[in-house]
Amino acid sequence: MRAAFVRTLLELAEADRRVLLLTGDLGYSVLEPFADRFPDRFFNVGVAEQNMVGVATGLAEAGFLPFVYSIATFASLRPYEFIRNGPIFHQLPVRIVGVGGGFEYGHAGPTHYGLEDVALMRAQPGITCLAPADHEQARSAFRATWDLPGPVYYRIGKDDETTVPGLGGRFAIGRAQRIREGSDLALIAMGAISSEAAAAADDLARQGVSCSAVVVASVTPPPVEDLVAELSRVPLAITVEAHCVTGGLGSLVAEIIAEHRLPCRLVRCGVRTVPSAPFGGQEYMQRVHGLSRESIVATALQTLQMVAG
Amino acid sequence: MLRSKQPNVQKGTLSPRQIRRIVLEQSKRAHVGHIGSALSIADIVAALYGGILRGDGPADPERDRFILSKGHAALALYAALRLKDWLTAEALDTFCADGSDVGVHPEHTLPGVEFSTGSLGHGLSIGAGAALAARLQGSSRRVFVLVSDAECNEGSLWEAVMFAAHHRLGNLVAIVDLNGQQAFGYTEDVLSLTPMAPRWRAFGWDVHEVDGHDVAALAETVDRLDPAGSPHVLVARTRFGKGVSFMEGKIKWHYWPMSDDEFRQALREVEEAS
Repeated sequence: MRAAFVRTLLELAEADRRVLLLTGDLGYSVLEPFADRFPDRFFNVGVAEQNMVGVATGLAEAGFLPFVYSIATFASLRPYEFIRNGPIFHQLPVRIVGVGGGFEYGHAGPTHYGLEDVALMRAQPGITCLAPADHEQARSAFRATWDLPGPVYYRIGKDDETTVPGLGGRFAIGRAQRIREGSDLALIAMGAISSEAAAAADDLARQGVSCSAVVVASVTPPPVEDLVAELSRVPLAITVEAHCVTGGLGSLVAEIIAEHRLPCRLVRCGVRTVPSAPFGGQEYMQRVHGLSRESIVATALQTLQMVAG
Repeated sequence: MLRSKQPNVQKGTLSPRQIRRIVLEQSKRAHVGHIGSALSIADIVAALYGGILRGDGPADPERDRFILSKGHAALALYAALRLKDWLTAEALDTFCADGSDVGVHPEHTLPGVEFSTGSLGHGLSIGAGAALAARLQGSSRRVFVLVSDAECNEGSLWEAVMFAAHHRLGNLVAIVDLNGQQAFGYTEDVLSLTPMAPRWRAFGWDVHEVDGHDVAALAETVDRLDPAGSPHVLVARTRFGKGVSFMEGKIKWHYWPMSDDEFRQALREVEEAS
């Protein structure tokens, strides 16, 4: 999604002089196409994320559309108060692009995991929060939201090859995308881990489970109507997110079930423990935290058995 | 209840004495503190709004921007906005009332307040962005950011200091209110900032040490700044609580509100000052 971001941003910048790109010294071998094409509109501000967001706030107030770029945790946690007191309180069009949410920086270790970013953004009423599932959807999401009047947080993955089957790059603000039909249970996924959820749905179908699968990329504003419709059709929902179980997609679905008094049961797959050592690569970490294709299938089968029993 | 008097403003100047009077009246009426911090910057604010800041009012897109990064001294800013007639007496009298835009810390929803502040260490970053924006837009507007000395405890301030120097934002002017006090002690005892001026100089800023209570000197210093040069900082030596003898240099008056007797004495001293 990184390459998709830069390609899309180049197109947007060609068409609109307000588009600027700021990075906190990250994006080597990714951001060069923009830096080369628009050297006067590209700023490597150094390893200083708070200042990056503050500078973007001043630029946005003067009429620019600054995109700020860093690894998800550095783009969200470190400058969080600057995001709140700046673009959110002033409702300015700063775009925060957080790369590699979840365990995508596996071997880099826990300091590089982005496991709370969506919760932080969901807690703020004044910021759009998007977590596209693949590079095609990321492109659609950027094109649909780049010139919104208020701030936007984008959680994007590093993978620019994998596509989620059945998604076809669809995106709409405040909507969810169903990628598979089924009636026994619904897998509801957010962000790049959606491809694992889609694969798990395939496995479950092969084992005779009628499994629906839904992608939620528009976290804020949430796809309430779509989720109410989905959760009304199935007896069981399993949320899948490379994120803490508190505050992210699982919490969003739980809120919708509770507030709409739906009978659907919910199981949340996500991070429940401090992601400390021993650690490893992305796939290892996802397996340890119950987010691999196999662990999602196992969770689904166990829960279905429990519900039936 | 105390009400704001109609100010008698001479065009092109702003009276520090009137700013101090409004600070005292409003903090007394609302029974709130931060009085010493506001009195500390009364002359700086008078210099800014009395002539330094260019532009045709808060709606002029080419106006110079002023960010009160030490937002807790907002009463001095409100006083200036009142004296400029950008804030009505009625609105000023809602200071700290329920449903008011005029709070302890300034909100951008109030015309004349560029950015909401109150969390220290934020304003200079925004100011650097505003200065960069002016350069990118080919505008000659300038950006002034007033920070407190204790605010220099914040690491984020130094991020902005480095950024502004690296990009040679000569249209950015920081003013440090060097009053030597912070919320819970003297800066020398809490986290020493001495020497202040060489620190900024070492980071590549054009540094000017000035008397923060000398309105003419402040204006003359700003007049001489080179907009094509490095970013500028006025290290303004000030007295916390300036103008009220029992507040000057006293930590208590960071937070404390005044009693009736204290208010009468404070007002008398401010009115009688030359």
